[in-house]
Amino acid sequence: MKLLTHNMLTSHVKGVTKGYPLLIKQATEVKVNEVDFNPQFVTRMIPKLEWSALVHAAEELGQRQDLPDELVPEYENNEEFLKKVHRVLLEVEVIEGCLRCPESGREFPISRGIPNMLLNEDEV
Amino acid sequence: MRSLSGTLFHSSVSNRTYFESATNMATSHSRSCLQYLLHLAQDNLDFRLPSPFWCLDGLSEEDVSSVMSRSVCAKSAFELWGHGKTHSELRTSLLSYPSENMSPFMQKDSTYRINVYTFNKTLEFADRIKRIDAMEFLPFEGTVSLKSPQHCFCLLEDYGTDPNNIPEHPNYIYFGRWIADGQRELIRSHSVKNRHFIGNTSMESGLSFIMANHAKVSENDLVFDPFVGTGSLLVACSHFRAYVCGMDIDYNTIHGRGRSSRKDQKWRGPDENIRANLRQYGTEEMYVDVMVSDASKPVWRKAALFDAIITDPPYGIRESTRRTGSHKDVTRSPDVFYAESHVPVSQAYHLSDIFTDLYSEEMVPLHPCLRLISNCEQTLSSHTSRRLITMEKIKNPEELDSLAHLADPCFSPYQGHNAFREKYFSGQNKRCGKEDSKTVVNGE
Repeated sequence: MKLLTHNMLTSHVKGVTKGYPLLIKQATEVKVNEVDFNPQFVTRMIPKLEWSALVHAAEELGQRQDLPDELVPEYENNEEFLKKVHRVLLEVEVIEGCLRCPESGREFPISRGIPNMLLNEDEV
Repeated sequence: MRSLSGTLFHSSVSNRTYFESATNMATSHSRSCLQYLLHLAQDNLDFRLPSPFWCLDGLSEEDVSSVMSRSVCAKSAFELWGHGKTHSELRTSLLSYPSENMSPFMQKDSTYRINVYTFNKTLEFADRIKRIDAMEFLPFEGTVSLKSPQHCFCLLEDYGTDPNNIPEHPNYIYFGRWIADGQRELIRSHSVKNRHFIGNTSMESGLSFIMANHAKVSENDLVFDPFVGTGSLLVACSHFRAYVCGMDIDYNTIHGRGRSSRKDQKWRGPDENIRANLRQYGTEEMYVDVMVSDASKPVWRKAALFDAIITDPPYGIRESTRRTGSHKDVTRSPDVFYAESHVPVSQAYHLSDIFTDLYSEEMVPLHPCLRLISNCEQTLSSHTSRRLITMEKIKNPEELDSLAHLADPCFSPYQGHNAFREKYFSGQNKRCGKEDSKTVVNGE
């Protein structure tokens, strides 16, 4: 699971109102792949992101490096900054771990890089 | 002059054409008064105007090239210089074509060749040569080069579409300068037959590219498939340089495990999954994520996250429809792109069932935030067809909108998510059942 995806996921456990962002726990296997840097895509995605959730998730994985607390102004022209964002969005990948709902504590496992968001019959 | 400004796809609802949306993607600042001829392939006929020849004007060459860089339905595009019902009419037409439009391509130091294409008829070699020679009245000043000419001119003769009734003389003749070929090679290069990871319901390559085009998938888009299966639609989208993600309720399909869909293979191999499919075509860079999830229980936070949602939901035949939770609720996601329809053949149906089973436009799922762009029917068998529905988001959702579709009468014929499955199989006993054993792979 990449952090771009994590940034868009929320807990859908019945009754939960504060299910975002999901906490990344027990990340026993995390990979950092090399993915072609595409500044246009990163620039397009930044306005759609919840920035603090991204920074927090990167921190949870020990992959934050020097990602700032706040978005840098005029980031469209800041290649250095865009490369940092690109790295945490697309290159960092949780292979084994789980996503925990911050309100209910319910955990969604991630195995082989794939999250399982299925709820049981009684949770729906 | 057959100038067809109607819809490329049969759409009884919208006037907006697929071609229009494709040219909207092409930036064009100059509109010439030149005419262009598209030659369309003889497949997906339900999606197309009856004739394989389509004349267009009000476009620039850049627009045409742009469309051809995406289309898997169009074989070739030409700058139309002349046309007519007979060779005599063609000649007259060509003689009145402005010479200043011809001369840039007829220069002394340039090379050219003339091709003759006859549709629905085979011509003897000698007859081809005769026709090429007959075009020499045009002011060609360059030299003929058969191997790699700078300019290619084509004489196209239309002998109709009925192979059992080929006329002696062509119904219509066109002459023009070749501009570009379409992307039909993608159908072969991305054939499901050669794909590493397939399932029982993998979408055939041609149609997956058509769907990506309907959704105007562009470079740097983020695309989502909520019923991703083996990722066929994502493969097509990644080819157009969009970043892709998907989900499916089936754990084994998402993880690439379990029984193989190939007849000579029992179990899936280690490199059989969606990511591997993208890797096969060199687009692994576009892979974002897939997950195991129930599309009817959204897991995304409420924001405009995706540029396009492209999907082929289960019909309940080869894969039965499933959902988590109680079977009591009947809601359907408004993002469904394929809506079931069929014409029942069995007389065991009650009259009221027949009226609700027959397709009507009211059955197309509606949502106040989505505008219907096109509705293309594809016949699958004597008693079933499916529709490719394309909708465009026109406004952001507000609280009340999300409940709007439940009140819609179009949902009442579908009692339970396996209703279509039951009707499909109940009719099967009356026929020999040949269609059912065909796989999507064979359908290519």
